[in-house]
Amino acid sequence: FRQHGRVKIKSTAQQEEEKRKEREKKLKIYVAARDACFSKRKEGIWDDEALQLTQQLLSSNPDFATLWNYRREILMHLETVKDEDEVQKIYEAELSFLESCLKVNPKSYGSWHHRGWVSARLPRPDWARELSLCDRCLSLDDRNFHCWDYRRMVVKMSGVPVDQELGFTDRLIGSNFSNYSSWHYRSTLLPLLHPESPEPPSPCLCEEQLLKEYELVQNAFFTDPNDQSAWFYYRWLLGRGMSICNCLNVQICMKIPSVGLLLVLDGQPQRVEWRSVHPRFKHSPVWICDLPPGTISDITNEHNLTASLLCDLLTSKGRTESWCRDSATDQELFRSELSVEKTSVLQSELQSCNQLQELEPLNKWCLLTIILLMRALDPLGYEKETLAHFQTLKEVDSMRSAYYGDLCSKFMIENTILKMEYAEVRVFSISDKNLTTLCHLDQLLLVTHINLSSNQLQQLPPQFAMLQCLEVLEADNNSIENLEGVYHLPKLEEVLLKNNKISTLADLQPLASCPKLKRLDLRGNPVTQTANIESELAELLPSVTDLLL
Amino acid sequence: MLTLAPLIHCLYAAESLTESVAAAAFSRVGQRVLHVDRRSYYAGNWASFTFSGLLTWIQQHHVTLLIKEAQDWSSLLEEGEELIHLSHSDCASIRNLQVFCFTSEEDEEEEAPNTTEEETGGTKETGEEEEEVREEEEVREEEQTTPSAALRQSEPTKKKISYAQLLKEGRRFNIDLVSKLMYSRGSLVDLLIKSNVSRYAEFKNVTRILTYRDRQVEQVPCSRADVFASRQLSVVEKRKLMRFLTSCVEETEEQRAYNGRPYLEFLRDRQLGDNLQHFLLHSIAMVTEDTPTEEGLASTRHFLRCLGRYGNTPFLFPVYGLGEIPQCFCRMCAVFGGIYCLRHSVDGVVVDRDSNRCKAVIDSRGQRITCSHFVVEEGYVAADRKRVATPTRFLSRAVLITDGSILPSDSDQQVSMVTVPPIAAGCPAVKMVELCSSTMTCMPGTYLVHLTCQSVGSAYEDLSPVVTRMFRTPESHDQETCPSVLWCLYFNMTDGSGLEAEGHNLPSNVYVCSGPDGDLGHELAIRQAESIFQKILPEEDFCPPAPNPEDIIYDGDNTSSSAGGEEEKEENDGVAEEEKQEEEKEMLEEEKEMLEEEKEITDM
Repeated sequence: FRQHGRVKIKSTAQQEEEKRKEREKKLKIYVAARDACFSKRKEGIWDDEALQLTQQLLSSNPDFATLWNYRREILMHLETVKDEDEVQKIYEAELSFLESCLKVNPKSYGSWHHRGWVSARLPRPDWARELSLCDRCLSLDDRNFHCWDYRRMVVKMSGVPVDQELGFTDRLIGSNFSNYSSWHYRSTLLPLLHPESPEPPSPCLCEEQLLKEYELVQNAFFTDPNDQSAWFYYRWLLGRGMSICNCLNVQICMKIPSVGLLLVLDGQPQRVEWRSVHPRFKHSPVWICDLPPGTISDITNEHNLTASLLCDLLTSKGRTESWCRDSATDQELFRSELSVEKTSVLQSELQSCNQLQELEPLNKWCLLTIILLMRALDPLGYEKETLAHFQTLKEVDSMRSAYYGDLCSKFMIENTILKMEYAEVRVFSISDKNLTTLCHLDQLLLVTHINLSSNQLQQLPPQFAMLQCLEVLEADNNSIENLEGVYHLPKLEEVLLKNNKISTLADLQPLASCPKLKRLDLRGNPVTQTANIESELAELLPSVTDLLL
Repeated sequence: MLTLAPLIHCLYAAESLTESVAAAAFSRVGQRVLHVDRRSYYAGNWASFTFSGLLTWIQQHHVTLLIKEAQDWSSLLEEGEELIHLSHSDCASIRNLQVFCFTSEEDEEEEAPNTTEEETGGTKETGEEEEEVREEEEVREEEQTTPSAALRQSEPTKKKISYAQLLKEGRRFNIDLVSKLMYSRGSLVDLLIKSNVSRYAEFKNVTRILTYRDRQVEQVPCSRADVFASRQLSVVEKRKLMRFLTSCVEETEEQRAYNGRPYLEFLRDRQLGDNLQHFLLHSIAMVTEDTPTEEGLASTRHFLRCLGRYGNTPFLFPVYGLGEIPQCFCRMCAVFGGIYCLRHSVDGVVVDRDSNRCKAVIDSRGQRITCSHFVVEEGYVAADRKRVATPTRFLSRAVLITDGSILPSDSDQQVSMVTVPPIAAGCPAVKMVELCSSTMTCMPGTYLVHLTCQSVGSAYEDLSPVVTRMFRTPESHDQETCPSVLWCLYFNMTDGSGLEAEGHNLPSNVYVCSGPDGDLGHELAIRQAESIFQKILPEEDFCPPAPNPEDIIYDGDNTSSSAGGEEEKEENDGVAEEEKQEEEKEMLEEEKEMLEEEKEITDM
């Protein structure tokens, strides 16, 4: 048995051949058993042999859904013919069989689903055992979401106390904090255990616990600032301080406002047709109606207008239109993400983040969180720092530079709106701020003059049609290709689009819906190279008298 | 007595880890191996003992100084041969043995706790009066303190474990003479995996790294989870530590600038703060303040590479003690036909004068055994024939049995690696390993603590100050909260790293390997074994994976008989050879069955 004193070992080819034969044999048995199962099911036989056959097949392939279904049919049948003790025994056997299936594939949908089904039907379930099974599985793979799902069911059915569950997340986070499931589970448990106020139940945390959580999560992101799970939890925590259920703009959400929105003029309800600003919008923060002709005959007197239950409209003397905005403050509108009640808390969080940023100047999560904290604290005061941080962010995370560009645009627009509100003017000017997108246009309802020059805008989106009072639109030096939102603006007179990327006449089509348009500047756009452009434009936009090409 | 086959490829005298690894490697590739050891137990200075086994070992070291007279074997020599005598005793490698027992002889019922001390034979024999005087003082001190100790014990419900209990439960102890840990990416672990020898043993993770600082034991955060959970570090320190650890994985220009300058200086310049500096220097790099930066960084990297492979620390420890490891390799060697002989020693090496090669050895029974290579432990070789560092370096060792962990935690089953920086200038840095009962090295309710350092003085001089500070002994003061020492042993052992690799005055086919060294890992022993193997068989693979039992072909009767027959002609004693083959085959088959059983167990 030795050659030159060596143990003789089968060659690789020999081993392969043996394996192949073994596989063939197995396949034959498998196919035969499968066919037997199918024919039995067809005949409606629910006996022990079928249970045996399916077990044999499932133990080698636990992802065979049809067989699990067949098995459930058999078990449900057995429930009707056996007494409780026997049923208990059958189901217990089922559980231990499932355990072996989970060893074959711990992420098998079929096995976990079946386990949930069995546990729910077991006459005398042993939840402690199920919990320890979950813990064992999660200690092997703490991201097995099948197990997380099953565990939630077990916890619910067995009524495990919330504080015990919180301890469980402590343990998992302690062994590896890169785990969304654990952090998320924590976020669902904490409001139950430490609510801001006992009654009514709120989704917020009491301050004491909140501070503890800040400490925990800071430990995580200082240890590994590149792990995003901790940062996500942190962002969630920073939004837990204040009740955020101030639905000030109920009417804006209504789908068919003509049903619910009632216009009352000088005590007289009016029948009006409401429409959104753009045919694309079924939902919109802005709705428009025309008063029936003759309702207001003398425009010299003051009239009281009430829309629905929510907004009071006032027409002033000498005006032909009326606009309504409710009294939501800008803070509530713009800063919903971070909402800790006490600014001192936010301030100290900003300090720790700045500390981390000093150590890790190029960490994107840290930079982004700092930006959000600065927004929540003092958006205007921190504007310069915010812009600098956005610049760094775009450099260190170039894959997401467009996202940061959009976010920065949003913040810049918010800041400009704030400044405008303070100044109580109807001019909105935000030129040369690298804007990539427009938002909060509903807030600009009353603006008559908008200056968007020298940004990086590519389009004026349909929302732009909310600027119903707009008279002058300045958007020189952008990359605008599309004017979809310049639509039915009743007072628009001047559109300046020098040096943009409007290339076809069709792109200018929306302008035709603005009746008062007189002046149009299209210099430096590809469209000016089109043949007969002047005559074509004269036909498309007959009202324009001052055309610059 | 075993009749030894006359042709042996490789012969080993004594077994240390090095020899057993090399023997397994030779046997695995088909070499005929004979392994003899004058001791009655496996693994030499790498052995593990039960409590009573250790007491016997201690006694033996007190008596074996009677040197057997060298016998005259000249009748066995042929023309042109000469004999190199080998030394008989390995007492030289162990010295300064001292034993103390700080627990009562019998259970508590007995009045007036007995303050037994096992007087140390070592000191008596050397007759150092100073020591004896000091020990007497200890006895007196102890007598003074024990009554109060007894009072203290009566309060808590936990009863102090008596010496009688230690003896009774002695079989639960597996006390290693060396104290090492296995780096989870060290050469030993790699070899165990590569060769499949790992299936002969079980391992446990070292669960935490501790350090002694400002008279306190602290946990060293070394993994990501530890750093996250640590309560001693501020968040900024956490970030600095993590950043340092990630940054030192790669070698940078900045680091090279510090080559030759102390690692401490490098750490200082990173502005990490005292806390982190201590952890990094003493517990992670485990170097001293004057270690050069490149060396400090290399050991830091080694530590980090080993993290996370099997758990939150870089170390593994074999269940039942380190003595298991040489035995595992011996088992592997035996599976492939190696023969073992205990209580059997080699008296001399027969050397051919012309070629200066070893032709055979002569054993203590006067039998001449032919061999083509001879591997021998350093201790057998007379001092004038080997090259060692002068003066001989020693390790100081202490073994304590205590009644509690030095840092109690939620779990009482922690395996802790503790680094103790020099407690005063000129003192050595001490490595300490605390084993709990689930490592199967001590009885439940006790901890086995190993202390190791490079010797400056005797083991007692080097280590007792650390023991007195960190544990409660009759000598310690105000240490109510520390665990008590029940029993302890101090001894010095030759540091194997003092042996030079080359230049011994020995025949070219005689190889010397060293005893245990003071390093925490097993690099030296494995390196030595591999280098011996490569010298003898440069073409062969070192410890290739052992085949799975199902892949071994046993129907060799028809195919290999012709090959066997050819061998027969070449060999003088073909019948014996065949018998031996039969024997080996049986062994192998038994082994196969055993492995299959094992496999079934693991499959379940």
